[in-house]
Amino acid sequence: MKIRVGHLYPDYLNIYADRGNIAVLAERARARGHELDVRAIGMRDDVRRGETDLFYVGGGQDREQALVARDLTGKADALRESVEQGAAFLAVCGGYQLLGRYYKDVSGEELPGIGLLPLHTVAGQTRMIGDVLLDCGWAGRTLAGFENHAGRTILDGGAEPLGRVVAGFGNDGTSGYEGARYKRVYGTYLHGPLLPRNPWFADHLLAEALAHAGGSTELSALPDELEKQAHDVSAARARARGGRT
Amino acid sequence: MPQGYTRLGGTYVRNGLRPSPRWVTTFQVHSFEGQPDTVSRVRPEIALSVESAALRVAGSLSRLAGRGGGTTLPGKLLWKLDPGAIDALARRLPQGSVLVSATNGKTTTSAMLAEILRPSWRIAHNSSGANLVSGVASTLLHADGAELGLFEVDEAALPEVARRLRPRAVLLGNLFRDQLDRYGELETLAARWRDAVATLDGTQLVVNGDDPQVGDLARVHGGARVFGLDDPRRARPALQHAADSKYCLRCGTPYEYAAAYVGHLGDYRCPNCGHSRPPLDVAGKNIELQGLDGASFTLSAAEGETQVQLALPGLYNVYNAVGAAALALTLGVPIADVAAGLERFSAAFGRFERITIGERVLLMLLIKNPAGANEAVRTLVEGKAPRIAVIALNDEIADGRDVSWIWDVDFEPLVPGLDRLVATGSRAAELALRFAYGGLPRDRIEVVPSLGDALDRGLELTPTGGELTLLPTYTAMLALRKIVVDRGYAENYWESAA
Repeated sequence: MKIRVGHLYPDYLNIYADRGNIAVLAERARARGHELDVRAIGMRDDVRRGETDLFYVGGGQDREQALVARDLTGKADALRESVEQGAAFLAVCGGYQLLGRYYKDVSGEELPGIGLLPLHTVAGQTRMIGDVLLDCGWAGRTLAGFENHAGRTILDGGAEPLGRVVAGFGNDGTSGYEGARYKRVYGTYLHGPLLPRNPWFADHLLAEALAHAGGSTELSALPDELEKQAHDVSAARARARGGRT
Repeated sequence: MPQGYTRLGGTYVRNGLRPSPRWVTTFQVHSFEGQPDTVSRVRPEIALSVESAALRVAGSLSRLAGRGGGTTLPGKLLWKLDPGAIDALARRLPQGSVLVSATNGKTTTSAMLAEILRPSWRIAHNSSGANLVSGVASTLLHADGAELGLFEVDEAALPEVARRLRPRAVLLGNLFRDQLDRYGELETLAARWRDAVATLDGTQLVVNGDDPQVGDLARVHGGARVFGLDDPRRARPALQHAADSKYCLRCGTPYEYAAAYVGHLGDYRCPNCGHSRPPLDVAGKNIELQGLDGASFTLSAAEGETQVQLALPGLYNVYNAVGAAALALTLGVPIADVAAGLERFSAAFGRFERITIGERVLLMLLIKNPAGANEAVRTLVEGKAPRIAVIALNDEIADGRDVSWIWDVDFEPLVPGLDRLVATGSRAAELALRFAYGGLPRDRIEVVPSLGDALDRGLELTPTGGELTLLPTYTAMLALRKIVVDRGYAENYWESAA
């Protein structure tokens, strides 16, 4: 089955090797007889309703992020409608911030987000950098990644985090939460990139995209020894080193 | 440098962990702490020479004790005790100092410069790559009798070093994304360079015009000399995946490239506001790439034109050579001597080295960020793509703790030719995944985290008379080189660099 992926602003938001995430989704789809059809959605491109099963947006440096923020507000309605109709969405780092209501920079100026996730972000004076390990109770699994962000993301009351921080900083370094999820939308600061060392999450996203596409969500098991090793090294790093500001 | 770490012998070690030069700590505490400030206020010159001598001893003892290069230990002590002494030491150099900074190529470029300048001046040069303030300080401590200081400087340390040394000339090569966990974002670094350059009155500035961020510095500092490449035949068809600085500095519109050479380096122009590459004062033209054997080009400047045959491969080394030439010309070296120096130059430590091990040859190319690794891959593939490769990924501070950068490297051109990949280093599994998802069948990938074991495995897979390609990150390069040295196949770099 064809899984239609809309990769938002790949030319602008690609700082932490976001194509690694796409490569993992493509290969794991292919190994199960599906085809990942990845289309770039760039500046001034329309988001056509119902034509994307999985959206992806990565992170960028501040300059790139500011360049896309205004364009993204023009796509907000179509993205919100797609999500309400069951499209999946993975947003990493800067892309995660843009899905919130706004990002307030150090000078106090607000960069508008699209309010797809119930959160906002405020720039801090220090960066939160290091390996991070999450416990995703909703899935009964862990996620290992690397975070590097100055923004402190604050979830609205009642909002669901992606996971609880076992080691590392997470959204703001104090709440013990990392990321956010709403319906099939997942936002996170974890890169590394995220999916190669967390294949269960890649499969989870594929299954949700398949559900939107109207296909079977059954995915056969793959030999994930390398993935497990990489996850375990990253998790050990998080436990041993923690983060630093 | 993060707190709690010491840079020792070109690598970073956590304080209190190995190596533990306990006697040095004792020495530092009992002989110095709390004293030098007072002393140097009263008798600055005497204090300086006493400090210098004592600190040199610390470095020698560290080397004798086999604790590593000892290359930055004396400088670290001096930096802690009396930072102002660095300024004073630099002022003793009668011909002043020259600084070289860039994300990629600063070690090679400054080594090329050393080769060019050595016939004219006695040089103090931090050739082992200890390029933080402490490394510069260590070299200055050993600079007795030197006339000219030649320092490669870490990108983030450049403003501090420039402020203290008040250099005669500064060469700025390029800015690529590198270790975002350590340096922060490219824009921030570029802004710090811009501020530093603006205060350098009386310093001759040499910049790479092909890098939009760096080339633009010529506009904030009068009389800068601009270098670059001018040979559209060698351009890449498109910007690489991980290209930085793709958007106009002024208005944010994507640049159009008449030619993109290495990453975002090339002949760019903004179609909206017209911001474009500044005119080149020194250019590399008629470039011929000769696989892994070398490269040749025409060096073209106001001083004349001459042919240069480099023993180093790859377009990125042509950039290094043209940058070194531009700086040497600025110092008044005749163009024929510039060319002769470049032609004498063979390789900088660990960057591109061939080491014979019994009946096999080890070909070592350092990889440390996407742009540099892409050039290493391109150079390998344009030579003879390796069948067997050992690729080492460490995640120490000097490598970058964030290993995501390997997913931005275009390793794919290596995949079709590879029979066997030995993935090694502390993040070996992550590297193995990069190749697995890059299309290399998993049964051709071996994960051997121990560097020594991986080297042995690679040599075992390499036929007699064959060449083993080794691509290590920085600390893996140091460790692998040490393994090779311990087995008696290569010199200690602090010996060969002396």
